[in-house]
Amino acid sequence: MIRMEYDIIVVGGGHAGCEAALSSARLGDKTLLVTGNIKNIADMPCNPSVGGPAKGIVVREIDALGGEMGKNADKACIQMKMLNTKKGPAVQALRAQADKHIYPLEMLKTLNSEENLTIKEAMVEDLIVEDNKIKGIILDNNEKITSKAVILTTGTYLKADILNGKDRTPSGPHGEKRSNHLSDKLKELGFTILRLKTGTPPRVDKNIIDYDKTSLEPGDNVLRTFSFDNKAYYKVEEQVPCHLIYTNEETHKIINKHLQESSMYGGYVEGIGPRYCPSIEDKVVRFSDKERHQLFLEPESNIEEDKDYGNTIYIQGFSTSMPYYVQDKLVHSLKGLENAKILKYAYAIEYDAIDSKQLKPSLETKLVENLFTAGQINGTSGYEEAAGQGLIAGINAHQKLHNKEPLILKRNEAYIGVLIDDLVTKGIKDPYRLLTSRAEYRLLLRNDNADIRLTEYGKEVGLITDKRYKLFKDKINSINELTDLLKETRITPKKDTIKLLEKLNTSSLNEGISLYEFLKRPEITINDLSNFIELNYSDDVKEEVEIIVKYEGYIKKANKEAEKMLSLESKGIPEDIDYNDVDNLASEAREKLIEIRPLSIGQASRISGVNPADISILMVYLRRKYNDR
Amino acid sequence: MEDTIVAISTALGVGAISIVRLSGKDAIEIVNNCFEGKDLTKVNSHTINYGYIKNDEEIIDEVLVSVMKEPRTYTKENIVEINCHGGIIATNKILETMLENGARLAEPGEFTKRAFLNGRIDLVESESVMDLIESKSDEARSLAISSLKGNISNLIEEFRDNLKQLLSQIEVNIDYPEYYDIEVVTKQNIRDNLDGMKNNLNRLIKESKNTLPVKEGIKTVILGRPNVGKSSLLNALLNEDKAIVTEVAGTTRDIVEGEILLDGILLKMIDTAGIRKTANVVESIGVEKSLSLIKDADLVIVVLNNNEKLTKEDQEILEKTKHKPRIVVVNKVDLKTKLKLKEEIDNIITTSTIKNLGIEELKDKIKELFNIEQIKTKDYTYLSNSRQISLARRAYKELKQAEEALDNNVPIDMVEIDLKDAFDTLGEIIGETYSEEIIDNLFKNFCVGK
Repeated sequence: MIRMEYDIIVVGGGHAGCEAALSSARLGDKTLLVTGNIKNIADMPCNPSVGGPAKGIVVREIDALGGEMGKNADKACIQMKMLNTKKGPAVQALRAQADKHIYPLEMLKTLNSEENLTIKEAMVEDLIVEDNKIKGIILDNNEKITSKAVILTTGTYLKADILNGKDRTPSGPHGEKRSNHLSDKLKELGFTILRLKTGTPPRVDKNIIDYDKTSLEPGDNVLRTFSFDNKAYYKVEEQVPCHLIYTNEETHKIINKHLQESSMYGGYVEGIGPRYCPSIEDKVVRFSDKERHQLFLEPESNIEEDKDYGNTIYIQGFSTSMPYYVQDKLVHSLKGLENAKILKYAYAIEYDAIDSKQLKPSLETKLVENLFTAGQINGTSGYEEAAGQGLIAGINAHQKLHNKEPLILKRNEAYIGVLIDDLVTKGIKDPYRLLTSRAEYRLLLRNDNADIRLTEYGKEVGLITDKRYKLFKDKINSINELTDLLKETRITPKKDTIKLLEKLNTSSLNEGISLYEFLKRPEITINDLSNFIELNYSDDVKEEVEIIVKYEGYIKKANKEAEKMLSLESKGIPEDIDYNDVDNLASEAREKLIEIRPLSIGQASRISGVNPADISILMVYLRRKYNDR
Repeated sequence: MEDTIVAISTALGVGAISIVRLSGKDAIEIVNNCFEGKDLTKVNSHTINYGYIKNDEEIIDEVLVSVMKEPRTYTKENIVEINCHGGIIATNKILETMLENGARLAEPGEFTKRAFLNGRIDLVESESVMDLIESKSDEARSLAISSLKGNISNLIEEFRDNLKQLLSQIEVNIDYPEYYDIEVVTKQNIRDNLDGMKNNLNRLIKESKNTLPVKEGIKTVILGRPNVGKSSLLNALLNEDKAIVTEVAGTTRDIVEGEILLDGILLKMIDTAGIRKTANVVESIGVEKSLSLIKDADLVIVVLNNNEKLTKEDQEILEKTKHKPRIVVVNKVDLKTKLKLKEEIDNIITTSTIKNLGIEELKDKIKELFNIEQIKTKDYTYLSNSRQISLARRAYKELKQAEEALDNNVPIDMVEIDLKDAFDTLGEIIGETYSEEIIDNLFKNFCVGK
C-alpha cells in the first residue's frame, strides 16, 4: 500500500473549511487545506456580521466544542448586541458586527500557527476514489495528492455563475476561479446535484452618505463575548454603529419598471434561492401592499487601508440581481444615499450542491467512504451553519480514521444537531438557514448554557484544553453550590423580612419559604436575593441559576418531551435492513426509508411521508427479525 | 415507548366492575393528576389504592387504583388500572378524563404490541395480535386520510390557522428581531386572540356534547309500571318497516341491548331486557334501578296507562324524570280514559299500541326534541365522537395554561410552548401534523431577508 501524504485533506478555506482543518489538525491528524486563494481564507463575502437568532447560539456551541469561530469573531468584533432580551431566555442570541479585514486575517494567523496543518493554493477538480473509498484529490494541473480522508467545503464555488441582469459570468465570488469539473465528478460517483442560488446587496462608499437622514442603531452598553474564554477585544464606547433607512415609493417604482431586467424576473436564473433571503425585487413584488422595506447600513471594516472593505457600507435588505445601471438608480432613490457611490455592485450567484440526504449524520457521504462534506455544498447558507458543520466533519473524519464513534449531537443537545439531522433526514429544497423555530427543544438550547451542554463532548473528543475544562468545572460547581444554597436558605415571616419584602414590591409571607421557591416569583430577580445571602458569584453563574429556577417547570416539560424522542432514538435500525422484506409498509414510506436509511426509529419517524402506522410496522418487523437484539 | 395509552379493558356494562387501563411513562402521573387520595407517584409498586377520580372539581367515581411500575408489568412500562363501578357513563367519563390529561386512546391490540416490542411476551403468544395490528395499521392509514373531511375539519382548521398566524408572528419576532415594520406580538395581542379562541372552542365543545347523542345514538330508556304497555310500545317501534334490532352487549363504548333505526335516527335502547322481563314476570323495576337508568339516558319515555288512574308510583316516575328530555306516552287510548294528570306536562303523545295509533307522532316528537331536522338540513359542524371532544378539551386547557402563563408574566418564548401544544392537539383531532407548517407560513406572510 502506498503511504498517504496526508491524513485529511480539506478542500476549501471558507468558514466550514477553517473549522474542519483546525479541528483535524488539533486532534493530531496531518492535514492539508487546499484553497483557490489564500487571501480569501475565512472571507466574509456577504453580511459583515456573525451570529443572530439561532446562529449566535451555534457560534457559542462551536466554542464549547473547541472550535474557532467564537474566538475569531470576538477578535474581529466592532459592535455587539444581545438580541431578543425581552422575549425570554430561550431565544436570546448574540450578534456581532465583524470587521471584514480583521476576521480573515486573524483566522489565517490561527491556521498558520497550527503545527499539523499545511495550506496550499490550488484548484481541486477531481477525487481519487478506489472501491468506493476516498484516496485523495487531483488538482487542475493533474497533480495528485493522497490522503486517508477528504472533507469537501467548496462553498459556492462548484460551477459558480455570477448573475447580473441578463449577464451570466462563470466565476466565484470576487472574480475568483470556480471549480469547473468537481461537481460532474461527484455526479459520476452517484451524487444528486442540486443547483442553488443566493445573492448579496450592493456596497456603497461610507463617506458619501447623509447620516442625518438615517437613524442610529448602536451596540449594547455591556461588554459581551461569544467565546466562553470571556476575552473581549473591543471597547463598549468605541463600538461602530449601524444605521437604519427605508425604501420608498420611488424605489419601488424603479423596481417595477425594470423588473424584467433582473436575472430573477427576466428568467435567467436556474437555481433555487432561499425563501428567507428574498431579493428586494422579490419583496416588492410579493408584498406589494407594503409601502416600505427597512434597510440597514452596516460598516464592513474599520481598517481604512483595506482596499476591499475599508470604505464600504453593506446595505442589508437590498440584495438584487438588477443590472448595474438600475442598481445606481435604486441606491440613489434612498434617503441619505442620493449621491452615494456603489463600490461593489450586488449580484446573484448560482452554484452546485449535493443532496444532503446522501450523507450520514456524521457528515460522511454514504456513497464514498471517508469522504465528508460540510457547508454550502450540503445546501445550507450562512457562515455559522457552515462553521458548525465544518467542525463536526473535521471531528468525525478524525474519529473515523481512528476507529472511534462519530460525534452526533442530538436535537435536544445543540442547534448543530438540529441542523445536521434536518439535512440528513429531511433534505433541503432551498438553501437552509437555521431558525429557532426549527428546534423543538429550544428552551434547552440556550445561549447561556451552550458550554454546559457541550463542553464534555469537546473534552472527550480532545479539543478542549485542560485550562478551559477546569474553568468549566468551576462554573458547574458554583452553579450547584448556589442552587443548594438557595434550597437550604429559608426566609420566615419575621418583622424585618416582611419590611424587606415590601421594599422589593412583592407579596408578604404567611409561612417560611426557601429562597429557591421565593426566586420563582415573577417580580424577584436573583440579585434581589443579596438582601438575604451573600451572592459572591459571577454574573454567568447567577444568570444560569436564575433561569434554571425560574423556568424549572417549562424546562422539566421540555426535558420530558426530549426523553420521549431519545427513547425512539435509542432504538437502532441495522444498517443492512432490507425494507423490501418489510410487509405492509406504504409504498411512499418504503421509498423514503430506502433512500434515507435512517439509523434509528427516531430518525425514521421524522422522515416526511413515513407515518406512525409505518413506524409501528417497522418496529414489529425489527423485533421479529432481530428478536432480542 | 413514547406516549401513554389508555383503554377500557373490560367489556362495557358486563359485570359489576369496569377497568380503565393505562400504559406508558406518564401513566402514573396522568392518573395522579385526577385522583383524590394518596399521591400515586409516591406509592409502592404493585399496590391498590382507594380514592376518587375527578374531572376538574367534579367527582366521577369511587375507584380502586392499581399502580404497577416498570419493568415488572405486562407491557414492561408503567401500568395503572382504575377499577370503577361498571356503569357506562362513569367508565366512559374516566376514559375521557384520561384522554384530556394527555393519554392517547390505544389502538386495537396496542397493549399486547407493547408487551411484544418490549420483549415481555414472545412471538407465538402475540402472533394473532400482531396480525391484527398489521391489518389495523392499514386501516388506520386510510382512515387518517379519509376521516373528518368537511365542515368540522374546516372549523378546526380555522382554529389552527388562527394559532398558526399567532405562532408564526411570534416566531418571526424571534428569528427576525430587528424588523421594526413587523408588528411585535404583545402579551395583550395574545390575550385578545386567546379569549376569542377559547370562547369558540368552548362553544364547540358544548354544542358537540349536545349533539353527540344524535351522532352516536340516543340512549333511550322506556319507563313505567308493569303492564302499562312498555314492551308493546317497544315492539311497535320495532315493527316499524325499517327498524333494525341488534342485540350487542358491550362491544362498543356503550352498553346497548337494542338499537332501533327510525328514519335515520338511532335509538339505543337501554335495559330492554328489563322491559321484556317485566312483561312476563309481573314485577316492577325497582325505583333505585330506574334512577340510575334515568341518569344515563339521553331520552326518557315514560309510559302511562290511559285506562288506569294515576298511581303514586307513576307520579314518582314523573317527578324523577322531569328534568330530562322526556316524552310521556299515554298508552291504551283505545280504552276508556281513567287517567287524570295532576299538572300540565309537556310532550305528551297518546298511543294505542294495539291499534298502532300515535307511533308516527312519537317519532316526530323525538325528532323535534333533538332538533334532528335542523341538524340534518343545516349540516351543523360538530365534533362527532368523544375522542375528538376530549382532545378539544385538552386544547382548551392548553390555551388556558398559556393565559395563566401570561398572567404570571412568563416570557413569550415559554407562553409559546403552551400555544404550540394547543396547535398540535388540534392537529391531532384532524390527523394533521406537519412539522414545517409554521416556518412555511412565516415566510409566506412576512417580508424578511437580507
